[in-house]
Amino acid sequence: MRRSKSLPARIFLTVLFVLLSIVILIPIWAIFIGSFQDGSMLIRNGLNLSIDFSQASLDNFIMLFTNSGNYFRWFFNSMVLTVVQVVLTLLISSFVSYGFAAYDFKFKTPLFICVLLIMSVPFEMLMLPLYVQINDMSLSNTYTAVILPFLAHASTIFFFRQYLTGIPREIIEAGRIDGATEYGIFFKLIMPIMKPSFAAMAILNGMNSWNNFLWPLLVLRSSSKYTLPIGLNTLVTPYGNNYDLLIVGSFFSIVPILVLYLCFQKYFVDGMTAGAVKG
Amino acid sequence: MKKLLYSRKLAPYVFVLPFILTFLVFWMVPIIKSVIMSTQDILPGQTEFVALDNYTRLFGDRIFKIAVANSFKYMVGTLILLIPIPMLLACLINSKLANSKVAAIFKSAMFVPALTSVVVAGTIFRLIFGEMDTALMNQVIGLFGLEPIKWLKESTTGYIALLALACWRWMGVNTMYFIAGLQSIPADYYEAATVDGANTLQKFRYITVPQLKPTIVYVLTISIYGGLAMFNESYMLYQGNNSPNNIGLTIVGYLYRQGIEKNDMGYASAVGVVLLVLVLVINIIQLVATGTFKKEGGR
Repeated sequence: MRRSKSLPARIFLTVLFVLLSIVILIPIWAIFIGSFQDGSMLIRNGLNLSIDFSQASLDNFIMLFTNSGNYFRWFFNSMVLTVVQVVLTLLISSFVSYGFAAYDFKFKTPLFICVLLIMSVPFEMLMLPLYVQINDMSLSNTYTAVILPFLAHASTIFFFRQYLTGIPREIIEAGRIDGATEYGIFFKLIMPIMKPSFAAMAILNGMNSWNNFLWPLLVLRSSSKYTLPIGLNTLVTPYGNNYDLLIVGSFFSIVPILVLYLCFQKYFVDGMTAGAVKG
Repeated sequence: MKKLLYSRKLAPYVFVLPFILTFLVFWMVPIIKSVIMSTQDILPGQTEFVALDNYTRLFGDRIFKIAVANSFKYMVGTLILLIPIPMLLACLINSKLANSKVAAIFKSAMFVPALTSVVVAGTIFRLIFGEMDTALMNQVIGLFGLEPIKWLKESTTGYIALLALACWRWMGVNTMYFIAGLQSIPADYYEAATVDGANTLQKFRYITVPQLKPTIVYVLTISIYGGLAMFNESYMLYQGNNSPNNIGLTIVGYLYRQGIEKNDMGYASAVGVVLLVLVLVINIIQLVATGTFKKEGGR
């Protein structure tokens, strides 16, 4: 009875989801077919979904792999920077979070309030003085400047602390009885238990790092040090002469993260939604 | 020394030390510097204390008012579109009414835009909202018999393009937040309601919405923050910081223009301080209004 009543609703929803999926994927599809066409034509005419096979060619892809200037350099920079930033952020943030989760000490509450405070200050408000600070420390145009301010990462610390508060204190006590040092307990006993939370935070921080734009744009000066988004951005100018690379490079930059996403979908979703408060 | 470092008393401080250093060097010092700089006129090699002059100049600055209005307009637009619709979509997905394979594909597809960098997404959208009749959006409105529009040259149509970009990138993420929230609601609540004869709408009103409140507050908070501090999307859509008649200029865009492009650090710092106060005040009002503080206190 109930089933038959909801049949129109079921069909309606299924059709709605199919339509919405198509709409969502149209921009990706548009840049994909755009990458087989002439770049300066596209910039003039705009992207659409029709493809003129007489004009389409693999030239852009050939150019990408043979004569794309710094493109793969940027790609490589982005990859290395992402990996280094993720590993260091997870290591340092989890280290800090253990301090907040496992001990009671003076200043603990005010310090934790500082963590929450940083989470609610827009980075954009700080970027100018931070930029001045980096220059004063003679760190401009270095990768250190890109990642150092964010290694003890407030929202990552917050997430790890929430995760660690659920770990029984007996583990820590047992470690102490076995003669492990305070740090040994963290590295040998606690870190292995934190694995699932590492996966979620690796994805979240990895995505942020891979797509990071404004801060590297301010800090990095030389083209050979650019990350992929910054490098692509230099191709955007109205006087650009390499729109082919802009289009095909934009498309190609989505590919690795899309492949990772299709392989590790569950972790991506967990990572992205990790910040949300669970009822 | 070594013994002290390994003692249980000192260990917690060693653990939180990286955070303390980061907080002092990269947050506290810049914030204080920012406030001090906002009371100065900074020229190369010469800095002069001007008290609140930057602020008085700011409040009489027509362009700054445009930037604030644009940021607020964008924030309000994202609040209207990117909270109710994702909530509805999450409920529809969670209802398990649609074909389960289709729903799974939809869930995966919805998340793809969030993986693209703002540089790439902005480039794609600029070309989709191109001026010629061959650009996708002009083709779409052409189906309804409308003439091609120069989307990014007019305030209203530019706003539509910007919101389209925001929706495309964040709809899926916000929907995931709500799905996560929905899954934490115990199923017996709904069963009990069904026994009591509640209809779907009543269940939504009296169970789903109240139970989703923490998620709603969270999404609201990050949307206010992200909306007022938006810069990247507009920067990419307009190929830089200069849009026609400043239709795409935001508060952060103005900060960037004054601080980086015009090198007027004192004035730019004043913009930054105003932005910080705006975000904090609105979020505090919002958290008090939704009772989040009370709940925290009662725990």
